[in-house]
Amino acid sequence: MGGLVTEKHVRYILSIEKRKDDFMSVVMEHLRMNGAYWGLTTLDLLGKLDTADVNEVVSWIMSCQHESGGFSGNIGHDPHILYTLSAVQVLALFDKIDIIDVDKVTNYIVSLQNEDGSFSGDMWGEVDTRFSYIAISCLSLLHRLDKINVKKAVKYILSCKNMDGGFGCTPGGESHAGQRGINTQTRGGHMEVFCCVGALAITGSLDLVDKDLLGWWLCERQVKSGGLNGRPEKLPDVCYSWWVLSSLIMIDRVHWIDKDKLIKFILDCQDTENGGISDRPDDAVDVFHTYFGVAGLSLLEYPGVKPIDPAYALPVDVVNRIFFGNDKKL
Amino acid sequence: MHGRPRKTLEPADAEALSAKAEKLRSLQSLFLANHHNRIYDKEALEVSAKLLEINPESYTAWNYRKLAVEHCLSRSESNPDSVKSIFDEELKVVESALRQNFKSYGAWHHRKWVLDKGYSSIDNELRLLDRFQKADARNFHAWNYRRFVCALMQRTDEDELNYTEQMIGTNFSNYSAWHNRRPLCISVCRVEANDVDPSGVLLSNLMKRKAEGYFPKEIVLEEEYNHVQNALFTDPDDQSGWFYHLWLIDQTVKSDAPLLVSSWPSPGSTITLDGNKCLHGCGSSPLYCTLLDTGILPVILYFNQAVEGINSSTVTVKSELTINEDLVWKPLSTNKLNTARVWVMYLNLGNVKLQLSKTYPIEISLGHSQGIVSSSGYHYSHPSQISFKLSVQNAYTELPDGKGGKLTLWENKNFQKFEHFQEVDSIISGGQLITGIDHIPTTSNWSAETIDNEINAFRVLLSESDCKIGKLTLARLLTAYDSISSPHAKGMIHAEEILELYADLLKSDPMHSLYYKDERSLVLLQQITSTTESLLQYCYHYRGITETLDGFVCLRLQNLSLSRMGSLENLLWVQMLDLSHNELRSIEGLEAMQLLSRLNLSHNKIGSFTALGPLRLLKSLKVLNISYNEIGSHSIDTARYLCSSPLSHTEEFGWDRFEILNANIDAANIWEAFLIFKSLNLTQLDVTGNAVADENFRSFLVKILPTLKWLDGELP
Ligand SMILES: [Zn+2]
Repeated sequence: MGGLVTEKHVRYILSIEKRKDDFMSVVMEHLRMNGAYWGLTTLDLLGKLDTADVNEVVSWIMSCQHESGGFSGNIGHDPHILYTLSAVQVLALFDKIDIIDVDKVTNYIVSLQNEDGSFSGDMWGEVDTRFSYIAISCLSLLHRLDKINVKKAVKYILSCKNMDGGFGCTPGGESHAGQRGINTQTRGGHMEVFCCVGALAITGSLDLVDKDLLGWWLCERQVKSGGLNGRPEKLPDVCYSWWVLSSLIMIDRVHWIDKDKLIKFILDCQDTENGGISDRPDDAVDVFHTYFGVAGLSLLEYPGVKPIDPAYALPVDVVNRIFFGNDKKL
Repeated sequence: MHGRPRKTLEPADAEALSAKAEKLRSLQSLFLANHHNRIYDKEALEVSAKLLEINPESYTAWNYRKLAVEHCLSRSESNPDSVKSIFDEELKVVESALRQNFKSYGAWHHRKWVLDKGYSSIDNELRLLDRFQKADARNFHAWNYRRFVCALMQRTDEDELNYTEQMIGTNFSNYSAWHNRRPLCISVCRVEANDVDPSGVLLSNLMKRKAEGYFPKEIVLEEEYNHVQNALFTDPDDQSGWFYHLWLIDQTVKSDAPLLVSSWPSPGSTITLDGNKCLHGCGSSPLYCTLLDTGILPVILYFNQAVEGINSSTVTVKSELTINEDLVWKPLSTNKLNTARVWVMYLNLGNVKLQLSKTYPIEISLGHSQGIVSSSGYHYSHPSQISFKLSVQNAYTELPDGKGGKLTLWENKNFQKFEHFQEVDSIISGGQLITGIDHIPTTSNWSAETIDNEINAFRVLLSESDCKIGKLTLARLLTAYDSISSPHAKGMIHAEEILELYADLLKSDPMHSLYYKDERSLVLLQQITSTTESLLQYCYHYRGITETLDGFVCLRLQNLSLSRMGSLENLLWVQMLDLSHNELRSIEGLEAMQLLSRLNLSHNKIGSFTALGPLRLLKSLKVLNISYNEIGSHSIDTARYLCSSPLSHTEEFGWDRFEILNANIDAANIWEAFLIFKSLNLTQLDVTGNAVADENFRSFLVKILPTLKWLDGELP
């Protein structure tokens, strides 16, 4: 088995910018902010953030901010909480959070909290626990978590707990029973588990999770090939290396999986010729899976990859700088 | 982004794709221009519809269509037919978008938005769902949408449950016919049924309604056991039933309402203090003086689940001792939550005049008024009382020089086995603690019988197939059986069999070996602490070289391959604990041991300072050995979010104190150690044998621990 082809991955990520015209790039144009976060975080984890043009990135990000304070996925699109977090995360990578009007961004996120503690993604009211995580993570990075009702937000997330210790994206019936006579409990995927565990981690509420139950469910996501799947009986996929692994780390149960086998699975998904990582061996690579593969290797303590924080999904040194940096002394 | 093969395109395909990209790009710019100029005419709407048909993820286009609907509505308010047609058009756009990508969040949400307006018929929705679920039976977007539609249709839980049962039923009757040819299909269908009620929410809702006479819990559970057993026995490797079965065991064994499991002091015990208010044993054997400096006596309540609402109004303390201040109960939560399984109250005897040779009864009662609530909302409902006595004797008035200031050594020669069990029996409190408080599991015969039936069923399964889930479930069932019958039986009757099952699993499923190791550790500790006799095997006298106050009891749980801690409810009395030479990665739960003053964790696998978080809640800890662990060797800290810190908004960093230390180390590099040690008052610390323990770090430790007398056995 070969190792991580770092140089090639760096070159692959830098090349994406230049291929603005191929079909996938056009399809993904509306979420370029996410793409920027995936690509630049990967570069940072590989120790190559200096290959990106800071000023160009920062001024593009700022041109995606709207009057409401929220950021859009690209210039000309509508603001959404998804891209607001990515914008803040990228600025954090470059230690440039101070260039935004923090109160304005904060007000945007605060305005999306609903009466029951949940969050909408934008003014159109789609509710999802993913947005709860995003709101909490983003405000925490901005040192403004106290501006929302954290207690209600946590209560809402806990109302989405499943029998297997996991979480769904909207809650079970009790809270809706009055209006609708039936619960609308929904099953979440891998992403929802991460978002709920991450939100609980950031709000210091992990004691409220049954770590053993959730940990067993998560560790059983590892299949024979070493890869992780998102739900029972599904195929493994590199992106779960992030969703599942980060959740396992936050609840201190990551030793329940076989790390070496998972490392091998991720390395097997590399395109060793042209760089990039795909969902499964021999599939087409993309920046999303390249990020999740490298972030997964980081969580697995693969040599040469910077450690990443499992809750904020940013390099540990970036997060430590935000919370323990010298400017916090005052 | 998923499932596309990695290959370079043929020139012709590449050309076609680039033409497609060109078309999409021009649609996008056209659309954005319309959006920005608020153009909602037919042509503009057509552009957005085309765009969404190719790229359903283009969220701004969905937003645009909602704006367009609102715009059109404002112009045709009066005509119900044209209103309906506006919404019908939207449903059509969603449908063709979903055909392109049925995982599109934006498309599903748009459909909900339309239906929520209430102008469209919902009759077609279930039919539409059927179609998409045929393509992917487990598409959770579709299941979520199904629940939304059912809610709109006001279908009842009973209807939905019948629907699931019907689906499972169909599958099983189909199963025999398709047995060999279509196993995959069966599996998918069964999984599908599981997805309808993934969390057992329907079921638990029904159970909650048992009071309203719907169904007794027992009957519902029995039926569910049959369903899931069928699934497990048909295909033991199909995980769908695994988690459901574990949940059922839990429902069978656990009481909804919180229960008090144990306490310290234990009911009926006598705590002897000497003239200096130094804490002695419950009998003749002396205990180490814990919080003697301050004259504080901890009172610990240990529940079977996290509760909140322990305070002076829900728990009353009756005593003739005049205790002036308000009694404050504190949750032992490493996350600083106000809910915890273990609560402590520090009785301050410092200012109380105690008469010699007098006994002071203390009575603690709880459950007489409401207010103690579990995190799932159940009330503590067992009125109960813990009575113990304090007495003051003059036996040890002469305090050893520099009390507790002697070097504690952990070598074998410093420990001596007890020759007579009676010597120490009283310290671990006449077996009272071992069986816990007498009113625990008033478990019905039904629970024991149900678990027993399941045990038999799984023994049958294992005789037919050597499957992992069979072994694991049997191990869990046996553990559950022993824990509900333990007050009546002596010890853990199935311990050997359970340990063997885990040893077996460790070998046959090496990928999850550390999971089984953790489970095994819990069972082993449960076994060790299950009776006084077995616990006494691990109790030793400590005899320090220069110790005048020797002879106190040390619990030595060394070399047991323990990878985690458990059964702490039986160990609240422990003041000196040797856990060296194990495989501990975590000491979760150790915060319950409020009397602990000396702890040896050397030669384990502790990977970070944050993993020592529970120690910060141990007020009496003086001696700590963490030598030969893995602190500083890991780039990823798995306890980072289990330990209170600014990262989780559970603790301020304490910059003032940090600045005073003048440590010449960046806070970002040492915050974990700073947070752990700033609240400890250690006199002895061993850290050698950890990657982190260089000279720089040692000098930091000396600064932050002014009480330290020995660092790695030497004067600091
Ligand atoms: Zn993926």
